[in-house]
This record gives sequence, C-alpha cells and structure tokens, in this order.
Amino acid sequence: MIAPEREHVGQQNEEQETMKAVFERTSVLKDCPTHYCPGCGHGIAHRLVAEVIDELGIQGRTIGIAPVGCAVLAYNYLDLDMIEVAHGRAPAVATGMKRTNPDRIIFSYQGDGDLAAIGTAEIIHAAHRAEQLTVIFINNAVFGMTGGQMAPTTVLGQVTATTPAGRQSNGQGYPLQISELLAILPGAVYVERCALSGVARIRQAKAALKHAFQLQIDNAPGLSLVEILSPCPTYWRMSPSKAMTWIEEEMSKVFPIGRLKG
Amino acid sequence: MSQRVLMCGNEALAEAAIVAGCDAYFGYPITPQNEVTAYMSRRMAELDRVFVQSESELAAINMVFGAAATGKRTMTSSSSPGISLMQEGLSYLAGAELPAVVVNVMRGGPGLGNISPSQGDYFQSTRGGGHGDYRTIVLAPSSVQELADCMPLAFDLADQYRMTVLILADGILGQMMEPVTLDPKPRRELPAKDWALTGCEGRQQNIVRSLWLGEGVLEAHNEKLQAKYRQIEANEVLCEEYLLDDAEIVVVAYGVAARITRAAVDKAREQAIPIGLIRPITLWPFPQEQISRSAEKFRLFLTVEMSTGQMVEDVKLAVAGKAPVLFYGRSGGGVPAVDELLQTIKQLTITEGRT
Repeated sequence: MIAPEREHVGQQNEEQETMKAVFERTSVLKDCPTHYCPGCGHGIAHRLVAEVIDELGIQGRTIGIAPVGCAVLAYNYLDLDMIEVAHGRAPAVATGMKRTNPDRIIFSYQGDGDLAAIGTAEIIHAAHRAEQLTVIFINNAVFGMTGGQMAPTTVLGQVTATTPAGRQSNGQGYPLQISELLAILPGAVYVERCALSGVARIRQAKAALKHAFQLQIDNAPGLSLVEILSPCPTYWRMSPSKAMTWIEEEMSKVFPIGRLKG
Repeated sequence: MSQRVLMCGNEALAEAAIVAGCDAYFGYPITPQNEVTAYMSRRMAELDRVFVQSESELAAINMVFGAAATGKRTMTSSSSPGISLMQEGLSYLAGAELPAVVVNVMRGGPGLGNISPSQGDYFQSTRGGGHGDYRTIVLAPSSVQELADCMPLAFDLADQYRMTVLILADGILGQMMEPVTLDPKPRRELPAKDWALTGCEGRQQNIVRSLWLGEGVLEAHNEKLQAKYRQIEANEVLCEEYLLDDAEIVVVAYGVAARITRAAVDKAREQAIPIGLIRPITLWPFPQEQISRSAEKFRLFLTVEMSTGQMVEDVKLAVAGKAPVLFYGRSGGGVPAVDELLQTIKQLTITEGRT
C-alpha cells in the first residue's frame, strides 16, 4: 500500500514540474476571503481592477478610494494605498489627491447609492472640471449595505425594502441613467457601461477598465468612468444564476451596455 | 515677505498660509471671506501650487481630506453657513487623523443670517461641530497681525497632532486693513508623515480610514484620540492676561470683542475701576486653568461676546461658582462700542457694590 502511494506522489511532482500556470491570483488582490454575499459582483469587479492595475504595472503609484456601501472595506482586499471617505464624496477627495499628486494614478470605486444618489454633485462636478481620474461605478440597482432599499438606479417595478409594491415612476421617479448624463459633459473623456453577466461581458469590462486606467496614465484631459452592471442576488431575491440572467434580460434594457463616449 | 505691509485680514491670512508652506487651497466663495479665495486663485497659480474653486463647501472640505491624506499641507476657508456644511468632513478628518487648516470668518446666524461680523459659532467650533467624540484646536486671533501669525502655528499644530486646526476670525478681522509683517516663523520639529498615501511602492500599503468595526476597536481608537486631546490641553493653551495684578473685576473676551473690551478696560482704569482682561487665544483647549486658579481672587467676572452667550458657559465652568459670572453680548451683526462696554462695566460696579 505504501509503495504505490509514494510512486503516485512522485508522479504528481513530475507532472507539476512540467505544468504551466495558466491562472493565478493577481498580486494586487490580497489572499483572503471577502465579506461579500454569495453571487455578489464585487468580488469579480475587485479582481478585474486588481488584474488591470497589475498588468499596467501601476500598483506602486496608485491610490484607491473606497466608497460608503458594500465595498467600504475594499482596502482589505486590494493591496494598494487606499482611503475610505464619506458617502458620495469620493470624486471630491480624488480631486484633492490628483491635483496635489499629478503623477499618481487615482481611482474611486463607488456604488449606485454613493455615486448616483448622495454623491451626484461630486461626480458631476469632477467630470465638469475635467479631473484626470478613473471612476469605477458599480450599479446593482439597489442599496446593498443598508438592507436592499431603492437606489436611483432601481428599475421600474423592482421590489426593494422601500418599494414594497415595486418602484413606481409616480412618486419614486425613473431609474437614473447617470452615465448618459455624464457622457454629455466635455470633461468626461471616456464613459462605458459594461456588465458582469457572463464571460464575454466580464472580459469586455476588463478591457474597459484597462482603457480607463490607461487614459489616466496617458494624461488624457478628463475623467474616465466605467459603469458595471453587477448582480446582487441577496436583495434582488434571486439565485446567483438567475441574477446574471436578470442583468441580461431586464437591467440592460434600462441601462444599455456599450460605449457611451470616447 | 518680511517687510511691513498694509493688508486686509483675509489677504494677510492667505499670504501667511502660503509662507507657511500651504500646498493646496480649496474653497467656495462666501461673504465676508471672498478675498481669501480670490487672493489664493492668483497667488497659488503664480507659485505653481494648487487652487480649486469647488462646487460646494462639502466638496471643498473633501478635497482638503484628499490632499491631506497624501501628506500635503492644505487648507480651506469659509464663513459660518459654509462651515456648517463642512461639519461632515471635519468629523471624518478627526476620525481619520488627518491634518488640515480651516478658517472661519464668522458672520451672523442662524440660517443665512447676515454678512456682518459675529462670534455665534463658538459652540460649533469648540464642541466638535460634527458627529462623534472629537475636538478641533481653535485659534482666535484679535488683530490682522495675530491672524497672520496663526497660520504657520495652525499648520504646525495640525501636522504635529494629525488633526484639524480651526482659525476663528470674524467679518471685522477679515475685512479690516492693518499693517502686518509676514516672517516665516521657525517651524516646530514635526513627525514624518509615514502614514501618507503616496502609492505603496517599496513598502506595505497605507490605509486612511475612520471606520472601525469589531467589538471594542472604535472605543480603543476613541481613547487614543482622547489621550491626544489631553496632551493638547496640557501643552497648547494660549491666553493673554491684561492688568490682572490689582484687578477685582475680570472681563473674559476673545477675538475682536476682546480688542474692543481692552479699550474699554483702559478707559475704566482711567476712572479708577480695578478691572483687567483675560483673552483666550486658544478657545479649545480653553484656558480653564488660567481662569480657575485665580477665580477666588476676583470679585466678579464679565464675559463679553458678539453672540447671545456661548463662551460664558466655559467661563462659568472654569470659575465653578467661586465668583459671579455675568454676560454682555451683541449678536446678529451688532458690535459693542467701547463706550457701551464702559457704561456696562460702570453699572456692574454699582449694582454689584464696589468694595
């Protein structure tokens, strides 16, 4: 019994020596579990950001800004100099950082409550001033951290903790397409909406993120924003796989996927 | 700039900040401090430093937050309603222990109030202002020269203790022109900013945060802040004492109110009234000790403010019932005149019975 096992182990080692690594943890992502719910999109989005920063070789000169929302602890997962700021104020904080450190790469990572509700003024004016920043906007159509309340991006009919009968336009308004709003500003040089609903979509999201960072590296004269439609199975009250389908079939009707500018 | 020049307070404080090494100014226009923003827009560009006119005071304080986090010397200025908007950022600056300088050229309130000078923001300034258990150092100059001198001190205190230093001026100090000399003051020996966000090249990541989850973690953080505040209370109190040696009556006043009071004290002395002045220069830390140690010596305290009575509460706490503490104040842009104060002092000496 003993001999064959040894033989088996020996075979494994030989195989490992000849094996090539085709997939690794990117060094910008820390080796630890996240606090996110099963099926949440933040884990994928974090990884894409980490891969892009790694591939562009800018880990040592990048400063990230975590939002108030589910991703508030992003600095626990991304191995970068990072700051956590007041709800919605990331683009103002980023302005203060970039203006005083033009050779650093500054990005904010914000949810739909942070960017499209309480921080509307800050994002619009950062774009309006043509700040040379990279903004990652995670749109999951709901307030996650506070318990699944309506976000400005909640779609009509969507049931949330504060729209128990489904969002009605009369009284609760329409889903806010803030990327379209930002795209009309001359100071926004690149705006693209992506999604995490499938491999092809995820690859496209990564390409968009890489472009958005590259523009800042190249001193492009304005703000880049990548909106990412991201699943929240917990507060959509769906299975993770159904949530991916819902992005494709419902959410992307209200928030069309594709490049809006640049 | 070491020669004596004639400047208004707003411009003097701006130039003094530049001399003190301010890397970045962020601000939003509001009367009566608009000269600061205008001056900074011109001078910071000349020096290739950073000036941004923000979309709101909320954005301005958060731009300060960002620049401070990267280790830069940074400031904003505003007036009362704008400072109210900044309270969120001031709380986060305290939590994250970032150094910043904020100037409040106070005007009348509450609400939009008016644009006249006032000292109505004492509570807001000395009690923290935003949410949570924190303090800001508050400097209250009473002349344009002292306002200018406060700037290098404020930046040094901010860097030394990693916190906000608030300079509490008012519409008179901001607008009034006086001769001023701006000499670069000898700097304190300051700790290295090894916590700053500069990109993690060659070292472990730095994180600037104010969120402390986990049982007992925030309480420990708050206790660390409190220990820092106690150190400041022990070491950084500034206070001017005037004609106290033979005084029986002591007036406590700060800022422009103290300056007017000083003239009234001089006039009262001419009429043989034994009166002196205590002028707190730091409002927090408050000169509690300076007032309380001599409280029994004096027959009467009078607090004079351009408010309906705010600092008087701190004076009462310091006096702790050892002598009567009276109050005289004007608010909403009302400024006490010297003769008006003299009359008040004379009436008090009669009603309280001179010994």
